[in-house]
Amino acid sequence: MKILVPVKRVVDYNVKVRVKNDQSGIELDNVKMSMNPFDEIAVEEALRLKEKGIASEVIAISIGVTQVQETIRNALAMGADSGIFVEVKDTLEPLTVAKIIASIAKKENIDLMILGKQAIDDDMNATGQMISALLNWPQATFASKVEITDKIAKVSREVDGGTENIEITLPAVITTDLRLNEPRYASLPNIMKAKKKTINEIKIDDLKIDITQKLETLKVEEPSKREAGIMVKTVKELFDKLQNEAKVI
Amino acid sequence: MAYKSPIEDTQFILENLLPPHNKLDNSTIYAVLEEAGKLADNFLAPLNHFGDKNNPILRQDHEVETPKGFSNAFSEIAKGGWIGVASDANYEGMGLPLRMGAAINEYWHGANMSFSLCSLLTQGLIDAFTLIGTEEEKKLYLPKFNSGIWTGTMNLTENQSGTDLATIRTKAEYDGKNWRIRGQKIYITYGEHDMSENIIHLVLARAEGAPEGIKGISTFIVPKFLKNKDGKYTKRNDLKCVSIEHKMGIKASPTAVMLYGEEEGAIGYMLGEEGRGIEYMFIMMNRARFDVGLQGMAISEAARQKALEYANMRIQGTPINREKGTPIIGHGDIKRLLLSMRSLTEAMRALILVSSEIMERSHNGDTNASLQEAFLIPIIKGWSTELAQEITSNGVQIHGGMGFIEETGAAQYMRDARILPIYEGTNAIQANDFMFRKTLRDNGEAAKLFLTQMNLDCNDNPQITKMIKLTSSTLDYILNNRDDQELLSCICFDYLMGFGYLVGGWLMHKAKIKANIKLSNNPKNEIFLKSKIVSADFYNLHILPRISTHLEIVKNGANIVKLTKDSYI
Repeated sequence: MKILVPVKRVVDYNVKVRVKNDQSGIELDNVKMSMNPFDEIAVEEALRLKEKGIASEVIAISIGVTQVQETIRNALAMGADSGIFVEVKDTLEPLTVAKIIASIAKKENIDLMILGKQAIDDDMNATGQMISALLNWPQATFASKVEITDKIAKVSREVDGGTENIEITLPAVITTDLRLNEPRYASLPNIMKAKKKTINEIKIDDLKIDITQKLETLKVEEPSKREAGIMVKTVKELFDKLQNEAKVI
Repeated sequence: MAYKSPIEDTQFILENLLPPHNKLDNSTIYAVLEEAGKLADNFLAPLNHFGDKNNPILRQDHEVETPKGFSNAFSEIAKGGWIGVASDANYEGMGLPLRMGAAINEYWHGANMSFSLCSLLTQGLIDAFTLIGTEEEKKLYLPKFNSGIWTGTMNLTENQSGTDLATIRTKAEYDGKNWRIRGQKIYITYGEHDMSENIIHLVLARAEGAPEGIKGISTFIVPKFLKNKDGKYTKRNDLKCVSIEHKMGIKASPTAVMLYGEEEGAIGYMLGEEGRGIEYMFIMMNRARFDVGLQGMAISEAARQKALEYANMRIQGTPINREKGTPIIGHGDIKRLLLSMRSLTEAMRALILVSSEIMERSHNGDTNASLQEAFLIPIIKGWSTELAQEITSNGVQIHGGMGFIEETGAAQYMRDARILPIYEGTNAIQANDFMFRKTLRDNGEAAKLFLTQMNLDCNDNPQITKMIKLTSSTLDYILNNRDDQELLSCICFDYLMGFGYLVGGWLMHKAKIKANIKLSNNPKNEIFLKSKIVSADFYNLHILPRISTHLEIVKNGANIVKLTKDSYI
């Protein structure tokens, strides 16, 4: 069984993001970038399936500028077998990303795709679902437990009311939630081995898919700052403010 | 914000101040530093304050329990292959160059010095067995050490034998089959603990019939567990931990009093040849002293980060020409303290990493590099650990009253750092070594080589060239007075410190040149590079002048010490 794990390079979760001066996006210069934490969980789950003998091969894929190869390298250092790099200069919207990954999944005869439920940069929570629709594969999103036997994946999903248990038939898409596992640290031998593993570069033109972007970013701005509070003198004044200014009662 | 491994500066120094290594490209360096940094920040740093509060416990059965979480963290480090980073790949080490071992060791010690002493000692034993062990010993011990399944200790000190090892009383008697070790050793770091399956003690002892003094001392391998009939190492050797010390700092590290041979005698195996124990210890001592200097740098970085964080948060008094609500980092004197912490720490890091590359060459038989290594070791140990006192103390100072309260953790760095000028040869030993062995023995040749090199590298920096001249003339003074050893022993400390500051200034100058070149190429890390230049400029103006003070003391201050009768002190 071949598992494809899409990994995204995002601003490190420790970094406080800043909006660019021209409001066209987020400041990325001088900023530490890392693998999306949910994708780390996805890599970990794929590796555990391989270690259990259920999967035979784990491939990490990333799409973006040259540096996303570092993120692929991270996945290889954790233990993935090989990588796929699709070079794209612009930021892509989820549908385009989903189209690229779906077309590569078909080419590579992938049996299972595991990816983060969302990326912590734009929190879209869309790519996994779109891939599933494009490939017409079943999906199990927000997974907190995965068991696979004979082409059937039993997945526990994190839903508002608690946990939902479902079964899906492979090939399928699983997106990971935080509780699924705790990703491993890459060992030093594996970091060194990762240098020798292959990352295949695929040209976007060769995929022959329509990558016209349909979303347009008008402006990015910071959430409005919380204003300083005031001390009210009486309960009556408080009541008045809540009723007439805040209009909440 | 907790401790963060200073990957950016490590990377800058490795890439810009060291010649490249054929096994390492920049992306590999980054990947390795990054992952080690994660482990240090996420696993070791959170245990630092906890271990200081919850110290190891000696149980009635003479076993030692380390603070909760230590064992787990150790197995995480060991499993990841991080103990044998720079050791021989033929024995399951990673075979990376020493510079990587040094770079990573900083993160371990910065995150948690008490914890990291265990792997530090084990690395010391890896060195010992690599240099002196037989093929059989290497095959048995090195893979166990590299994987952290076994750990090691060094047993030198006895109550009456601290700095002077010639008076060691621990005995080894040959019973026809084995050496039997009997005696008591003190200050044994990680002499007993629960983080590994077996503990291998290297014990200095006097074989029966051996001469008095240092020529009679040999080194013995004394394992906690010996091989049983089933081939497993489960047979308890006759040794035990009888006490662990209550200390001022590095409290989470169990410092054991070890008793060997209370019953039938602890079984030991002689390492190398008889009577060469002290000589072997000195081979390893270079590395050990290097590591202690590295600890000084690492803990300074940790103290600096904590102080910087506090200074950015604490609001107290409106700084001059700043708006109300500006935190204390805006005060001129706080800025000065923080800058001196930064610039000294960066100078130390440059010294440590540049020296690690010299040591790589020295280990490969480059005799010129061996001379340089020998010259630099007392500076690395002495100078860096003295600075660690100043920097960790300033860390407390910046916290104000809160620095004196243990809760902030600033005080712990100061207490932890206090051992550094003492162990592995006190700084008095370093200063004497620097004066007599490293400077006078070769008539100042090594010192002059360094001064010439610095002069070449810094000819566009008048502040440094001035100090180089001053150091040169001080060296002449020392050479002229070489016959009055008592006189020179009274000021060897200032000579060491003066030279240390000069070496630091030289490396900061080189770093500044590189940072300037990088800045002209529209780099991504502009803030870092500009800070580097500020650090170097600050060093020039605030730190370099310290050299003239120290060297003035060398030239004028010896007699007052030498001629003063003890009763006047």
